[in-house]
Amino acid sequence: MDTHLLLQLTINGLIVGALYGVVAMCFVLIYKASQVVNFAQGEFLLIGAWICWWLLTKYQLPFYAGFLITLAFMMVFGLVLQIVVLRPLIGEPVISVIMVTIGLSIFFQALMKWIFGVFAQPFPPVFTTKSVAVFGLEVQTVYVMSTVVSVLIMIGFAWFFKFSRMGLAMRATAFNQQVAQSLGISIRQVFALSWGISAVVSTVAGVVVGIVNGVSSALSFFGIKVFPAVILGGLDSIVGGVLGGLIIGLLENLAHFVDTQWLKWGNLYEVAPFYILIVILMIRPYGLFGTKDIERV
Amino acid sequence: MATAIARPCGDFKTSYRSDQTIFPTIASRLFCLAGVVLLCAAPFLFSKYVLNLLIQIGYLGIAALGLNILVGFTGQISIGHSAFFGFGAFASAYFNNRFHIPVFFSIPLAGLAATAAGLIFGLPAARLKGLYLAIATLAAQYILQDFFARANWFSGGVAGTIAETFSIFGWQADGDERYFYVVLAYVVLMYVLAANLMRTRDGRALVAVRDHYLSAEMMGINLTKYRTMSFGISSFYAGIGGALYAHYLQYVSIEAFSILFSIQFLAMIIIGGLGSIMGTLMGTAFMVLLPEAMNGLAQMLSGSVIDKMLGLNEGVSFLREMAIGATIVLFLIFEPDGLAHRWQQIKAYWKLYPFSY
Repeated sequence: MDTHLLLQLTINGLIVGALYGVVAMCFVLIYKASQVVNFAQGEFLLIGAWICWWLLTKYQLPFYAGFLITLAFMMVFGLVLQIVVLRPLIGEPVISVIMVTIGLSIFFQALMKWIFGVFAQPFPPVFTTKSVAVFGLEVQTVYVMSTVVSVLIMIGFAWFFKFSRMGLAMRATAFNQQVAQSLGISIRQVFALSWGISAVVSTVAGVVVGIVNGVSSALSFFGIKVFPAVILGGLDSIVGGVLGGLIIGLLENLAHFVDTQWLKWGNLYEVAPFYILIVILMIRPYGLFGTKDIERV
Repeated sequence: MATAIARPCGDFKTSYRSDQTIFPTIASRLFCLAGVVLLCAAPFLFSKYVLNLLIQIGYLGIAALGLNILVGFTGQISIGHSAFFGFGAFASAYFNNRFHIPVFFSIPLAGLAATAAGLIFGLPAARLKGLYLAIATLAAQYILQDFFARANWFSGGVAGTIAETFSIFGWQADGDERYFYVVLAYVVLMYVLAANLMRTRDGRALVAVRDHYLSAEMMGINLTKYRTMSFGISSFYAGIGGALYAHYLQYVSIEAFSILFSIQFLAMIIIGGLGSIMGTLMGTAFMVLLPEAMNGLAQMLSGSVIDKMLGLNEGVSFLREMAIGATIVLFLIFEPDGLAHRWQQIKAYWKLYPFSY
């Protein structure tokens, strides 16, 4: 047994898991506010990362400027998407809404491939030092940054929902739409804003992953990987999403470890989360923190 | 369901039996028969290219019908249909290559094998509904895809597998002209089966589960049984479709059965109309012809300014994918009941013209 590898994979798992957690959080945000399961979450990462890459390479913008422009663009993108595509579908059956987001996901994936090509493109270097030592292990600076960014986003979310006016309005809407509306909260604004915020925060995750691995259509797979995380945590729990992301990130790396050490099946890393997903769905479909919904006639 | 709009004057149904017939009027029955007879003559009338498209519509239509039974009639969502389609394709080739079972028998056997696979993944379906089931089938898609890549004994792994052509009593169905009849026979058989299923107690139970599962349960419908059954039937259809696909191409590769293919199946039934049997066929035809239309569009524009600006020729495969996504979104926003509903409206318009009130 290789303890060094185990430690390395554990840290890897935590870092990737934190990113899953961030994306899961955005997913839960949309689900909680507007009851839409967003299969196009991965495309938010993809589009954001490509646009940031494009601004940085084509116009040679400094990272911070390019990044901020990207965020502003994604905010508008999220809002417009909700207003144009999803608003007409309010009140439609679940399958229609799911299918619309799937349709959007295919559309944008193909569009991005068409515009930017199918090959992974490296980000221009953002940091001068390549790696730093953490507990005696060499960890790339981007990974450290990604963890810091993830934690910052999570703290930001916590503050937003606890103290800001809009965050409270969102929680009220998630709790009960009718009551929220009668208290003077604009449901339309809340819906649109939840998509905007979700797009922006996903973009942050997308850019971070892009800096680490290069930008390619593989980014949209994050949107699929997020399902095990949110189901594990509970579909309507933000804390659950974060925790689910961390656990899934850890588990897939541990599966990789078991695979390389003993089983030698190969590719277990990719599929393990889905086996976990099936098991959770059979035992505890509402997840660790989700509300168990009880139906009465 | 086909709503009974614009029936001929004085054509009142006096018994439950006559109300439940597949064809509400004699004209509609003749119309359908004429369609099948006309299709029988297709190999003599059309070019190989058209035949190829018709065969595609056939086997995809069978699989899409299975999905429509699951989604449109039972209200369960599946995003893993192509995996079961692929399972049927590999299973049929496997039975034929390994045990030398004639293709004639291996196709239904592949259907049963796909049913078994579907039932395994359908187990969570017994407890889940809507959204959670969608996610479970998404997992099934990836797990089965991984299984195909891994199981060398079954699917030939990454290299893929060879499938024999269809033959019966020494009659070899090689070439599009002959294979067309095999597919046509299966299409007619499977569609009649589905139409009849919807007239039985089981079929009505499925619809009841879709409309309101709590009320259905209170009326004595065993939810677990019918949800699992619907999953099994859907996989059976997918397996048959997949087997026909395998013996048509005579080569099955694991790359074909991606999630995009599953979404295409969903697109077919949404475009055709959820819960409509003939609509499924229309939707399948639409989805098969859409890429061809995109190719045509790219060719038509080649050399023009738009082509130079966008690089249409290199991007045509992306253009096709985008068209799939865009059609799903546009249909759901503007025509959520699908082509079947539009067809009914067109019929009603002509029948009632000019007093359509």
